Amino acid sequence: MSRADIRTDAIDAVPAHGAARPPEPLVLGRDRGNPWLRYVALIAVAIVMLYPLLWLVGASFKSNAEIFTSAGFWPDRLDFSAYAKGWKTSTEYTFATYFLNSFLITIPRIIVTVISCVLVAYAFARFEFWGKKLLFSIMIATMMLPLIVLRLPQYLVFREIGWLDSYLPLIVPSAFATDTFFVFMLVQFLRGIPRDMEEAAQIDGCNSLQLLWHIIVPMLKPAIISVIVFQFIWTMNDFMGPLIYLASVEKYPVSLALKMSIGATEEVEWANVIAISVVALIPSVLVFFAAQRHFIEGATSSGVKG
Amino acid sequence: MYENKKLGFMFVLPFVLGVLLFKLFPFVMSFALSFTQYDLIDPPQFVGLQNYEELATADPLFRKSLGVTLLFALLAVPLRVGFALLIAHVLNFKLRGINFFRAAFYIPSILGGSIAVAVLWRFVFAKNGLVNLVLMKLGMEPIAWLADEHYSMWTIVLLFTWQFGSAMVIFLAALQNVSVSLYEAAECDGASKAQQFWKITVPLITPVIFFNMIMQMVHAFQEFNGPYMITEGGPLHSTYVLALYIYDQSFRFFNLGYGAALSWVLFALVGGLAAFSFWSSKYWVFYSGEKEQKR
Repeated sequence: MSRADIRTDAIDAVPAHGAARPPEPLVLGRDRGNPWLRYVALIAVAIVMLYPLLWLVGASFKSNAEIFTSAGFWPDRLDFSAYAKGWKTSTEYTFATYFLNSFLITIPRIIVTVISCVLVAYAFARFEFWGKKLLFSIMIATMMLPLIVLRLPQYLVFREIGWLDSYLPLIVPSAFATDTFFVFMLVQFLRGIPRDMEEAAQIDGCNSLQLLWHIIVPMLKPAIISVIVFQFIWTMNDFMGPLIYLASVEKYPVSLALKMSIGATEEVEWANVIAISVVALIPSVLVFFAAQRHFIEGATSSGVKG
Repeated sequence: MYENKKLGFMFVLPFVLGVLLFKLFPFVMSFALSFTQYDLIDPPQFVGLQNYEELATADPLFRKSLGVTLLFALLAVPLRVGFALLIAHVLNFKLRGINFFRAAFYIPSILGGSIAVAVLWRFVFAKNGLVNLVLMKLGMEPIAWLADEHYSMWTIVLLFTWQFGSAMVIFLAALQNVSVSLYEAAECDGASKAQQFWKITVPLITPVIFFNMIMQMVHAFQEFNGPYMITEGGPLHSTYVLALYIYDQSFRFFNLGYGAALSWVLFALVGGLAAFSFWSSKYWVFYSGEKEQKR
């Protein structure tokens, strides 16, 4: 199958951001169904969705025996020792190192992702140039390309140029807008924004870079926040990338360190592992809630992988 | 200014370079590698179709892994997309606290790919874990989720399904674009709720159903963290998905040529299924405004 052949209209049909928010949600005149029934169903699903996460928090205070005998949330005692022990780890480094490493990967990656993806999305949404249609099709196609196919040769290339056991393989590709999903999201968002403001600014003598900085970027803010949130959480969650590229323990991010804390000893202090899992989830949860409003809106404007 | 071709191309240049360097080149290279034997120490040795021959005829683990991957996708994708549509449908009404529910259903898809959640899943499905404690309270027999090859698949399928939130958000946006007047007209004609759902809602959002199915399919075929962390591919390779097999062959046993061949099988599988979906979409996906001309 030629990758460029893929029809893009399926994806065009996903509503652009501007169209995604009609003023009123659907309300029907006669038969609205029983609202209580609806609530009971939603609450039941919400419990199934959230309870495992809540249970994890509760279990972090429990003893090994209690973890496996009680399905309840409340622990018998409020014991923070699992956190202290888990934080120390069985290695010579504490989780402070691993968190720092995670941020050393995540933050540069976010910066280069935002810059490159905004530039490319601007080009796709607002310019005509040779090969634009083909390039856009390629972009859609690469969203569907299983990354695992590329892992092996990418590994060999980074090995060849001596980047193994550094963060460069995890960061540099993002500087070239390789996270095409974000480009697509930003393009969809820009398509929903009328060009009036830009035309006015043009008449006032703005060039395209000024236009980008003063008009486009402020309007794109909600979408850019989504990009930041997604890239933050996905990079924090990324496991296979660091697993392949990083060799020295001192460079491990949280995801690898967490895996290591399970594999290290035979007699695992489960409470410690659970406590550190809770801590590992905290940054993502905080970022999610801080940006939740923009984030769900931005995500709505296109497709989201989960 | 928007017609300024050089400038537009300059802005898109990072993407062009990125595609060439990090997508196209590795793509071609992995194809070339799949015809070699390479262990990272000696230079790659051309062996023709040997890798493909071996996995087609002499590798029972490949067959097992292929079956596991297909089964996983077959169970997990419809479950995730189905749930997403169902919940989006229930949420698509004026409801107090809709933001709470949206967030509640969304969080698992945000966190779900992390190792911490995979750890959590090991506890949830352990022999005396959360799920079994609940089952016993309900008077049922506990199940050896992680140790019994008949149930292990369900642990990773359920983890995948649990993360239906992102697909749900996309459905919700699509549902809110369906014009209320259509439902009002249908109601005047005496159509039931179920009829309205199947005859109005579903046909109108087929492009979004299609989009979600394709994207989730691509994800399902690459699922790695879950099987790697929760079941480690076992028991008896019952959750040994292709992504895991590719990883093992390439990065643990350093059979790089064989790993490349395996990943090309995976790519062909995903590409083939995507092509089939695009072809079949002519018959069931309707784009507003072009319905009549296209049929």
